[in-house]
Amino acid sequence: MNYLRQQLGSFVPVFRREIGAYYSTPMAYVFLAVFLLALGMFTWEASGFFDTGTADLSPFFVWHPWLYMIFLPALAMRLWADETSAGTDELLLSLPLGMPGLVLGKLLAAWSVAGVCLLLTFPMWLTVNFLGKPDNAAIILTYFVSFLMAGSYLSVGAAVSALTRSQVTAFVISVVIAFIFTAAGWPLVLSGVKSIFGAGFADLVAQFSFLSHFEAAQRGVLEFRAVLFFLGFMALWTILNGLWASRHRLG
Amino acid sequence: MLDIQKLVKSFGTKRAVQGLSFTVKKGTVLGFLGPNGAGKSTTMRMISGVLEPDSGDALIAGKSIVSQRREAQAALGYLPEGAPLYDDMTPPEFLAFMAAARSLPRSERKSAIERAIADSRISTVCGQRIGSLSKGYRRRVGLAGAILHDPPVLLLDEPTDGLDPNQKRAVRALIARMAPTKAIVISTHTLTEVPAMCTRAIVIDRGRIVADETPEGLRQLSSDGTLEGAFTKLTDQAEAESA
Repeated sequence: MNYLRQQLGSFVPVFRREIGAYYSTPMAYVFLAVFLLALGMFTWEASGFFDTGTADLSPFFVWHPWLYMIFLPALAMRLWADETSAGTDELLLSLPLGMPGLVLGKLLAAWSVAGVCLLLTFPMWLTVNFLGKPDNAAIILTYFVSFLMAGSYLSVGAAVSALTRSQVTAFVISVVIAFIFTAAGWPLVLSGVKSIFGAGFADLVAQFSFLSHFEAAQRGVLEFRAVLFFLGFMALWTILNGLWASRHRLG
Repeated sequence: MLDIQKLVKSFGTKRAVQGLSFTVKKGTVLGFLGPNGAGKSTTMRMISGVLEPDSGDALIAGKSIVSQRREAQAALGYLPEGAPLYDDMTPPEFLAFMAAARSLPRSERKSAIERAIADSRISTVCGQRIGSLSKGYRRRVGLAGAILHDPPVLLLDEPTDGLDPNQKRAVRALIARMAPTKAIVISTHTLTEVPAMCTRAIVIDRGRIVADETPEGLRQLSSDGTLEGAFTKLTDQAEAESA
């Protein structure tokens, strides 16, 4: 118990510091505005939200993985790279803080901004409820899995950010990794893999794909393995994040 | 208070610190001198737990920085080289973060922050973001962060760099006021600071100690009776020996 408190005691101060960094600068507001604008544009223009003729949010949720893939690395890129380039990592590492709390504090601060972003999409939900009778339980469930997926993208971005002092490098590498995990479930990629490596291998690739895990949730089906997948994925990258951030102590 | 035991650190093939040992007692203000690249900041980083030493240890108030890192760090106030700070915060926000990170009891935080602000004389800039402050004020905000929890051991890397003469005098007075109850290590390459602040001086070169004297004793090592002469003689000599 005491050990846990030592390791995680750093969570609250670090979380509050990161939240402050997002909201005391234009960063969070710009992110929220642009992300919501892009999501709205894709939902209405590309998916034809009003032309589907059914009162559901699938033309809206379908864009989540793709927009997360681009936008969330931008939210996560500063978490560690900024500390390294400003030299504040030296200050942070000289404080009696446990690494697990540090890593989680930073990740959850970014994740909470993503959460606010999802909450601010409520006009979409109001619209479908005004126009018809959607399955609201299914919508809440899809939001929940989407939130977990956002955390997964952020965990990649945060971990990669610990590897470099350049935010741009962190962003680019994170987007590439995020693309691989997203598009592993893309029909185009899957059929290509299937024709080269066979159906068995294509199935294996799809196991690691965000699109396939999000697909069931989009239909309003809660797949336990999808939830487990995203949680496990986050845990893996968070552990990598801790290891990579600890390397700063080696010089 | 502070016991450095055979610290060693290499970066690749470069041996930055080669078995450094010294102790600092309560009441001592130690000037830690050396040319650029001598290993001063690397040593400071190892003592503060930012860098892991390849071998050796540093005991801060009896706690090992290697095996009891957090306990040792809790007893230490550290001002890193260049006073890195979070630019988007105001000084009170920064100090509140430091107080929370150091787990000061909630009831004591407010008074600790007020005391640190008064001691480091930054009350006039409390409403400004740290990013907009001048170099001298930044340094003093960093100093306020280091003394916030009233630690028994203080490690200050270039605390007076970038300060004007009045500010320097204020920092010296603050250090003199804290000196009797603390062990203080000040890294500097401004030699005039040494007799003004320090009761003892260690000169290092290429990761080794080349002199450990009082400022007066150091002066007598030179041919012309100045600290500068002694510094040049000691560090040149080391260069000649290794050549």
